[in-house]
Amino acid sequence: MGLDVLNPASPQAVELLRLWDRCLWICAFLLFVVTGSIVWIVIRFRRRDDREPPQTTGNLRLEALWTGVPILLVATLFVLSVVAAEAIDRPIRRDPDIVVTGHQWWWEVRYPNPGVITANEVHVPVGRDVLIGVDSADVIHDFWAPRLGRKIDAFPGYRNYIWIRARQAGVYNGFCAEFCGAQHAWMRFRVVAEDPAAYEQWLAAQATPALPAYSGEALTGETRFKELTCVNCHNIAGINRQKQFGPDLTHVASRQMLAGERLKNTPKNLRDWLHQPNILKPECFMPNLNLSDADLTSVTAFLETLK
Amino acid sequence: MSDTPFVPGLVEDADRVKAHSAWLEWVSTVDHKRIGLLYLFTTLFFFCVGGAEALLIRIQLAWPNNTFLSPDEYNQIFTMHGTTMIFLVVVPVLLGLANYLTPLMIGASDMALPRLNAFSFWVFLFGGILLYFSFATGQAPNAGWFSYAPLSENSYSIRPGLDYWALALLGIGVGTVATAINLIVTIVTLRTEGLTIRRLPLFVWMVLINSFLIIFALPALNASLVMLLVDRLLNAHFFTHVGGGSPVLWQHYFWSFGHPEVYIMVLPAFGIISEVIPVFSRKPIFGYGFVAASTVAIALLSVGVWAHHMFAVGLGHAWEYAFGASSLLIAVPTGVKIFNWIATMWGGSIRFTTSMLFAIAFLFTFTIGGLSGVIFATVPIDWQVTDTYFVVAHMHYVLFGGTAFAVMAGLYYWFPKMTGRMLDERRGVWNFWLMFIGFNTTFFVQHFLGLAGMPRRVYTYGDLPGWAVMNLISTIGAFVLGISVLVLLWNIRISRQTGAPAGDNPWNAWTLEWATTSPPPEHNFDAVPPVHGRRPLWDLTHPQEVRP
Ligand code: HEC
Ligand SMILES: [Cu+2]
Ligand SMILES: [Cu+2]
Repeated sequence: MGLDVLNPASPQAVELLRLWDRCLWICAFLLFVVTGSIVWIVIRFRRRDDREPPQTTGNLRLEALWTGVPILLVATLFVLSVVAAEAIDRPIRRDPDIVVTGHQWWWEVRYPNPGVITANEVHVPVGRDVLIGVDSADVIHDFWAPRLGRKIDAFPGYRNYIWIRARQAGVYNGFCAEFCGAQHAWMRFRVVAEDPAAYEQWLAAQATPALPAYSGEALTGETRFKELTCVNCHNIAGINRQKQFGPDLTHVASRQMLAGERLKNTPKNLRDWLHQPNILKPECFMPNLNLSDADLTSVTAFLETLK
Repeated sequence: MSDTPFVPGLVEDADRVKAHSAWLEWVSTVDHKRIGLLYLFTTLFFFCVGGAEALLIRIQLAWPNNTFLSPDEYNQIFTMHGTTMIFLVVVPVLLGLANYLTPLMIGASDMALPRLNAFSFWVFLFGGILLYFSFATGQAPNAGWFSYAPLSENSYSIRPGLDYWALALLGIGVGTVATAINLIVTIVTLRTEGLTIRRLPLFVWMVLINSFLIIFALPALNASLVMLLVDRLLNAHFFTHVGGGSPVLWQHYFWSFGHPEVYIMVLPAFGIISEVIPVFSRKPIFGYGFVAASTVAIALLSVGVWAHHMFAVGLGHAWEYAFGASSLLIAVPTGVKIFNWIATMWGGSIRFTTSMLFAIAFLFTFTIGGLSGVIFATVPIDWQVTDTYFVVAHMHYVLFGGTAFAVMAGLYYWFPKMTGRMLDERRGVWNFWLMFIGFNTTFFVQHFLGLAGMPRRVYTYGDLPGWAVMNLISTIGAFVLGISVLVLLWNIRISRQTGAPAGDNPWNAWTLEWATTSPPPEHNFDAVPPVHGRRPLWDLTHPQEVRP
């Protein structure tokens, strides 16, 4: 069924699952006691005749029992939860490796060192502790990749941190878990965990601008990209560097998905997106610029060169 | 309406006067029973509205990438669903029952402050209308029932929907506080002779404690609503970080109301269960003192657990452990109640009336909701499952499987008293099973959706493994639930006219409301029977017994 929470892929998530299992056992035990006695009572003490049953009114020992045992159980849960919490949220003594900033309705992902910016796709090296700083540019969002660990709110004005450490290479689902407006549903992301070597290679590639377009459709596209208002909102290293409002497009073609996982990143989908972002993701802040067919083709061709 | 002044004896058209005055009687009434019924009608109406909104939600989520509703429509509808169910249904239905029953159960002829009582109802109704009027402005509120800042601030929600939301809740909040004061004064001053505090029926006791809780909690909401309005209308910055305010502040304020609110929505329901189970088990409540005292414990603890709604905020471990501990602790007095109710049934001679079926189902579903609450109080697990469908499942197990089932038990139990006719049992059993099955089908599977990672409040979702099937199951359940509500409405309608006559005390119950006619006369009692114990009517027929 794909129950991500029960399918951990990091030590943090393993810790969480262990706590979950214990907690579930305790709850299952209590539910069994309650349901079992209800069923038994319903069968055993249903009305048989019109006589009134013995009028018992209470029993101190029983009260002590069903006050005392639950106290012990919740005390146990408390201790277990403190132990797990300490293991999951390790102290923070350095700058984050990655800073993730929530925007309505996409995630900006920055690698301060060496200064890479991308969107909706968090690459991490397998087997290394990664410290992620999480904040927001507008309303409250929440960063959550269930198989890798806890969720944490993304607030405007201050930064939260979480540790993750992927155990195996793979792609992990990520969600915005705090309601953040119209497109909360399509504010998903993914965590791509890869071997440290592959990761370093990816990072180096991201850090250098894509090769400029030399000819044909793509070159026209580059020109049109600058002439249309795209550059006001989108940053492409090597072409323009300004404060950005929308996702960084420096290596947009290297990404697997578009627009908070609304679409797979294929040339056709990219073209559709440029054509009618407001239909694919109603109310999102990428405007429909009514591009002509020729513009759509050339700009798509250009963006596809940004591997 | 006519412009003829209403002066008895001076008007020509007798029929019109009759219709006219019947309306006027309801509008101008200060009789607690009529006000109680007004609450019940109004909440039934809003329950149907909120239920219809729930069905729209479930249709939209029935399969992935559905386009039945636009994102903005969806967000308005889920916001209105939550706000309606909490503020226009669950809280006021309990206040309505408290209104109708409290004076009767303590042998009084009315509430202590009848006109304040009428005021509370009308201000509540006005609030409800104001909330729904927001649709006419083009956009209903759309920031969820707890309207987190800064999403609820001007910069992100410029249309007036949220102003209506805040004003409506403010009005309702004032009415709720007034009712709470009224109930306290009534219970403290108007008990009949012999009805000491320690002999109070548990429903009345829980209403009393609940009223104190309302007085503590609601002002926090009212104050923060005013602050939000000041932010929105006068450009202040209480809850935006740019002007030096803080979005976290809103969460603290809101939940310091919002968690006690959860218990405000459930304590009177516990009271109903504590009346129904003993009567249909033919035994007094087991551990009266413990059931009563655990209510106080819950009320006290409930004002110190609010930050468990904020474990994902990053408050720091010290805060989280403290609130985790208090939240775990509150499970203990709640458990004490469950065990005492079970022990009440033990050794009894159980009558499986519809009312009792709902009460037994309550024990089961509420326990599930309570236990998933324990899961949330275990801090790190909360980090995983909060803000997902797991929460949606949890709160519906508590509020629907808990409070709504209890209210259904109460409805089948007290309908004969209110109308003089029995609420048909055959249709009642249908009502029960459809509701029980529909409810569990809708919400049990949502636990798994949460574990699969589905965030709450998404207007649609991608085709991830298993999500489509689970959502479809939930939607089918919701329609079964919808049918069960239709059966209920049908049953009420038919039974109201042709139900078997109830007599004064159809269940052979023992609290004072059964000592008068059904429905009771305007002054409630011609003579209140003497009270020497907790079960005055039982004592009348068993004079030789030693009373608890
Ligand atoms: C008003 C600012 C604005 C303008 C102008 C604009 N965009 Fe966007 N764009 C955005 C925003 C905001 C998003 C993110 C939408 C979302 O996912 O919610 C976006 C998303 C995108 C994406 C998807 C990126 C990803 O990784 O998901 C592409 C590609 C894109 N824009 C290309 C363009 C092109 C090409 C133009 C010019 C024709 C353009 N945009 C003009 C704001 C803008
Ligand atoms: Cu978000
Ligand atoms: Cu709470």
